[in-house]
Amino acid sequence: MSAQRIIVVGNGMVGHKFIEQFLSVAQPDAWSVITFSEEPRLAYDRVQLSSYFSGNTVSDLMLANEQDYIRQGVEFIVNERVTDIDREAKVVTTSSGRKEHYDKLVLATGSYPFVPPIPGNDQPHCLVYRTIEDLEAITASAQESKVGVVVGGGLLGLEAANALKNLGLKAHVVEFAPRLMAVQLDEGGGGLLRRKIEALDVGVHTEKATTEIVPGEQCRYRMNFADGTHLETDMIVFSAGIRPQDALARECKLEVGERGGIVIDDHCQTSDPNIYAVGECALWSGKIFGLVAPGYSMAKVAASSIMGGNETFEGAGMSTKLKLLGVDVASIGDAHGRTEGCMSYTYSDDVEQVYKRLIISADGKKLVGAVLVGEVEAYGNLLQLMLNDMDLPESPEGLILPASDGAAPTLGVDSLPDTAIVCSCHDVTKGDIAAAIAAGASDMGGIKAATKASTGCGGCAALTKQVLDAELLKLGYEVNTDICEHFPYTRQELADIVRTKQIKTFDELLESHGKGHGCDICKPAVGSILASFWNDYVLKNEHIGLQDTNDIFLGNMQKDGTYSIVPRVAGGEITPEKLIVLGEVAKEFNLYTKITGGQRIDLFGAQLHELPIIWKKLVDAGFETGHAYGKSVRTVKSCVGSTWCRYGVDDSVGLAIDIENRYKGLRAPHKLKFAVSGCTRECAEAQSKDIGVIATENGWNLYVCGNGGMRPRHADLFASDLDTPTLIQYIDRVLMFYIRTADRLQRTSVWLENLEGGLDYLRKVVIDDSLNIGADLETDMANNIAQYQCEWKTTLENPEKLKRFKHFVNSDKSDDQLAYVVERGQRRPATEKEREERIPAVELVSS
Amino acid sequence: MMGNVEMNAKVTDDLNAAWQTVCREDDLLSGTGVCVLYAAKGSDTQASNEEQVAIFKLSKTGEVFAVSNYDPIGKANVMSRGMTGSIGDALVVASPLYKQHFDLKTGQCLENPEVSLSVYLIRIENGAVQISS
Repeated sequence: MSAQRIIVVGNGMVGHKFIEQFLSVAQPDAWSVITFSEEPRLAYDRVQLSSYFSGNTVSDLMLANEQDYIRQGVEFIVNERVTDIDREAKVVTTSSGRKEHYDKLVLATGSYPFVPPIPGNDQPHCLVYRTIEDLEAITASAQESKVGVVVGGGLLGLEAANALKNLGLKAHVVEFAPRLMAVQLDEGGGGLLRRKIEALDVGVHTEKATTEIVPGEQCRYRMNFADGTHLETDMIVFSAGIRPQDALARECKLEVGERGGIVIDDHCQTSDPNIYAVGECALWSGKIFGLVAPGYSMAKVAASSIMGGNETFEGAGMSTKLKLLGVDVASIGDAHGRTEGCMSYTYSDDVEQVYKRLIISADGKKLVGAVLVGEVEAYGNLLQLMLNDMDLPESPEGLILPASDGAAPTLGVDSLPDTAIVCSCHDVTKGDIAAAIAAGASDMGGIKAATKASTGCGGCAALTKQVLDAELLKLGYEVNTDICEHFPYTRQELADIVRTKQIKTFDELLESHGKGHGCDICKPAVGSILASFWNDYVLKNEHIGLQDTNDIFLGNMQKDGTYSIVPRVAGGEITPEKLIVLGEVAKEFNLYTKITGGQRIDLFGAQLHELPIIWKKLVDAGFETGHAYGKSVRTVKSCVGSTWCRYGVDDSVGLAIDIENRYKGLRAPHKLKFAVSGCTRECAEAQSKDIGVIATENGWNLYVCGNGGMRPRHADLFASDLDTPTLIQYIDRVLMFYIRTADRLQRTSVWLENLEGGLDYLRKVVIDDSLNIGADLETDMANNIAQYQCEWKTTLENPEKLKRFKHFVNSDKSDDQLAYVVERGQRRPATEKEREERIPAVELVSS
Repeated sequence: MMGNVEMNAKVTDDLNAAWQTVCREDDLLSGTGVCVLYAAKGSDTQASNEEQVAIFKLSKTGEVFAVSNYDPIGKANVMSRGMTGSIGDALVVASPLYKQHFDLKTGQCLENPEVSLSVYLIRIENGAVQISS
């Protein structure tokens, strides 16, 4: 029997989720899947759409990718609309006339933005906010505008207003209802949100019905309102709600709701059992769900139903937590207190600008709803209380009152049932997390990889971490964060001890805070901490035993025990004279030569006794050590920038050299790589670096905590349009904070992912100086910079130290075990087999 | 315990002829290792094999140890450049290549007991570092 065929109409978030879910339950040979998208690309994250304006690119937003679909055997056609469904023949027809047969059809056509029928709404610069193309149009329009209006004060409308503000426009929100976010917020919450948004210089106009859009006097347009007032603007974005995209279903006479929406049952089946509908186009129990989480649940139910499963869709709460124009807002359950006999607690603080309200059941035992504006920390706990129908603690008002003496009732994660949904974006329960831990995951990274928890909106990160810790504890894991058996401390704690007690040597620290002899874990870690704070010469007698061989011999040990040499080439800029010196040295010592990824040159195969001779030549020619051997700042890669490039916006090479010279030699928990790009073409790949800088028309954009390597991570945009002194100040602070708080061998990417509060928290510490340590961090950095020395120069000036650079302490002979083979004109270590066989055809070069 | 020490002293006295000075005490730096060339007397008296020996001096106690310099796992002469320390009660050196730990007293690899380093007797006599196989 040939494979049955599934057609998925629409490749948005929910359509894509359906395919994922279906592939995870179906036998691959029994089904073939084909999906059509009328948009020019596959599914992307519409929830994070506004991040497109804060630096995320289309590729950051993508959820589906072609390679995965090809690998999974999913056929996909973009830029093609399905125009007709023949339910008798079970055939769909597309805009290009293509006809495809289906056994099961899934409609995931989503919704379209509702544009109120106002005369004049079809002119240029009157736009909507739903797709990437819409955002591109808004960006283009903003360049010709000074003032922008968003029609609609709901969640999406406020996001659109934020976008306009970020694009440099004076933004206004025009809302028909008496308050903002009328669906999610009560009067008190909506009122505070309004005041906060107005304080950001965004105009808020409620109870306004627009009657017409006519030419303006100061601006392009004038909007006339029913109450006789008006507002002038250059552009308008309509965000007045969504309407289900159900035209296709109507035409083939599927049952649709009076006000739109394809009617589905609890299995997400439409009135035709071979046709399913999921997401925003579907109408379940008279309701359209405009959030992604219920869409994802429908996708799961439909996939299971097609495979004969019996899962049902049971509706979904519309609880939500988000940040709008920088204001934290959350709404849970019955936010308006419509439950019969319900009562409420309200806490309102106009000084701190916080509003919180709890709505509880008539018997006072259960939570039925909540509104939080300005401070939403309680969201996770409150949501779990409601979703799991748990009893309220005594004095439930404590849940929203500010903690006075730490007596606020907390909801221990242990009291959550296994079925409690922790991550609603990906439908991950506490039980799922526990299972992932039992299967070996032991940190946030592992949990994210195994369950996807907290990879959607990220709102559940704190709760996920709590569940992780609690589960580990329950499984009898001592959550042991000691650095090793010799010190009962984390690296961060050791760093604090070293800094506050002014400890200068390992032996001193071992004596006062440790036991045993130390080991190859704690010694280099402490060596790095000592170097980070005091920046002593690493080859001082009291430090030398702490260093890995690479640090002792100031080179990188290779597999045969020889070393490689990497002089610093700041910013990748090198004169022909210096290049010739490198070539001559390499030739003289027969060193294998290779260009590194960090824009410098690596010379391989130097024996211990050769290192000082080679370095003497390099230092004499003006080179410095490149610290390629250290857990320290490596390179600052740069593109050629405005000095030569036709597109360069600023001098990326100059900045890269300055930054590299500023931080060179800085010891850290792990190596650090930087880059500076001269324009948004990003030729220096700054967004894959620990610290990345990209020139903009107005200054520098700073990206942090990216990584290439084994587990690539896109850097996060930390701050935009900085002048150079501010940029340097932020980098100083970020780096020193990392050095103080990261674990041993923890790259900045993992550090940030494990940092409670994440990027926002880091911003608070660095930009707002919330911990009041900014000046301290800068002083630490200034001290470190003042202590900089080229370790090779210092070593060459010290004959005592040079004695170590010999293979034997009692003989001038060299290691007779080394053997090389010439390949592509250079030597490389002979393989074991080549050593054994000594094939005559291979030329062995003994050194 | 006492008896053991005397036994050792007796044995080393008997083998006095085999002690060979390889370097001076000030060539050693606490907490690190050095490599010496050691002309071992082969069982057959005419041949003298040169062996590479790694010597370590612990910083905490000043104790010295001698083991073969060849890393049997990384297959290179690098052990003298490894880092010393302790794991539980064992005093160890870690290979600088792939970080396996070897017991400085027995030569045994902690991660893979089938592999071991050779151990040498070592003493310091009037500022001279002497070893014997």
